[in-house]
Amino acid sequence: MTAAILLWSVTAAQAMLVAAMGCYAYRVIRGPRAQDRVLCLDAMYVTAMLLVLTIGIRSGSAIYFEAALIIAVLGFVSSIALAKFLMRGEVIE
Amino acid sequence: MTHAENLPAWASLLTAFLVLLGSGLTLLGAIGTLRFRRFFERVHAPTLGTSWGTGAIALASIVCFSALGSRPVVHELLIGVFMIVTTPVTLMLLARAALYRDRTEGNREAPPRSLLRRTHGG
Amino acid sequence: MNRLLPYPLLTAALLLMWLLLTSFSTGQFLVGTAVAIGASRAMAALHPSKPRLRRWQLLPKLLGIVTLDILRSNIAVASIIIRGDRRDRVAGFVAIPLDLRDKTALAVLACIVTSTPGTAWVEYAPESGVLLLHVLDLADEAEWIAVIKNRYEALLMDIFE
Repeated sequence: MTAAILLWSVTAAQAMLVAAMGCYAYRVIRGPRAQDRVLCLDAMYVTAMLLVLTIGIRSGSAIYFEAALIIAVLGFVSSIALAKFLMRGEVIE
Repeated sequence: MTHAENLPAWASLLTAFLVLLGSGLTLLGAIGTLRFRRFFERVHAPTLGTSWGTGAIALASIVCFSALGSRPVVHELLIGVFMIVTTPVTLMLLARAALYRDRTEGNREAPPRSLLRRTHGG
Repeated sequence: MNRLLPYPLLTAALLLMWLLLTSFSTGQFLVGTAVAIGASRAMAALHPSKPRLRRWQLLPKLLGIVTLDILRSNIAVASIIIRGDRRDRVAGFVAIPLDLRDKTALAVLACIVTSTPGTAWVEYAPESGVLLLHVLDLADEAEWIAVIKNRYEALLMDIFE
């Protein structure tokens, strides 16, 4: 009984996280401005990391934790690089 | 999902609640980025996902794996600490970049530099 | 002590992280200790300004206050998003004159302000000490200044200065 509840709530949570990634993807594609795109790309990385964590809960395997950590680190570095680029790269000085 | 049968009832209910809470907050934050009209309002929305969205799902993972094994598993705390330390760096850099772009374009909604001067008695 | 372990707190944190990422065993403890000591001595070669914790026993109090505040503002921002973008909600910038000067304390304040949904750190002027925040639900400007100054700044000054 409780196992079924856990299964269904993890499934629902994964659906919600995928929907969240869809919302962010819409903002990344539509903009309106470059800073909105970078903000939502960063948030997409975080949501993808959470999705990997829920997959880990669902499968009961600890290996997904490392994947989540790698996504978090790579997302952080790429968001920093993009934010720096916005400050120096695009605006004509 | 065969391991779920091995979980005690309280652990699976707690995990289910925390997972739903975290993903619900993350989804609300994502909807917020669609609803708000200006960039500086949108900055606030994803922090729902990076604060208690991440916290709740990491806690759920801790509860689930600690109940499955005999000893407490706490390495998910590292993800929480990592998010707390890195989110400010990203958001501060983005806010400064947005401010810089607004000012060079002469956007009237950008806060003037004079706000940063200390007023008397302040 | 000072020559071998320039940053004892950093060394302990690195060792703890190593053990969490691998496993709690004697072998991993030895390897982790070697890595942590090497990394903290490499850190010392960079000569960062050394943070001083004057009253570290206040840290749990700060942690508790911040966790509850983040939970509360999560609920507040979530209800703003559910209610939709109404006209009577004003979002805007607040300039807060800070007396806090310690770099580590300012970094901790930045973590607190940014992790709290509803407030975002925008700009800080080191020469005047004025901090520019963006607040999502700016009902009362003076109240926000009072919250930042009394709730966080006073405690951070107690801990770090």
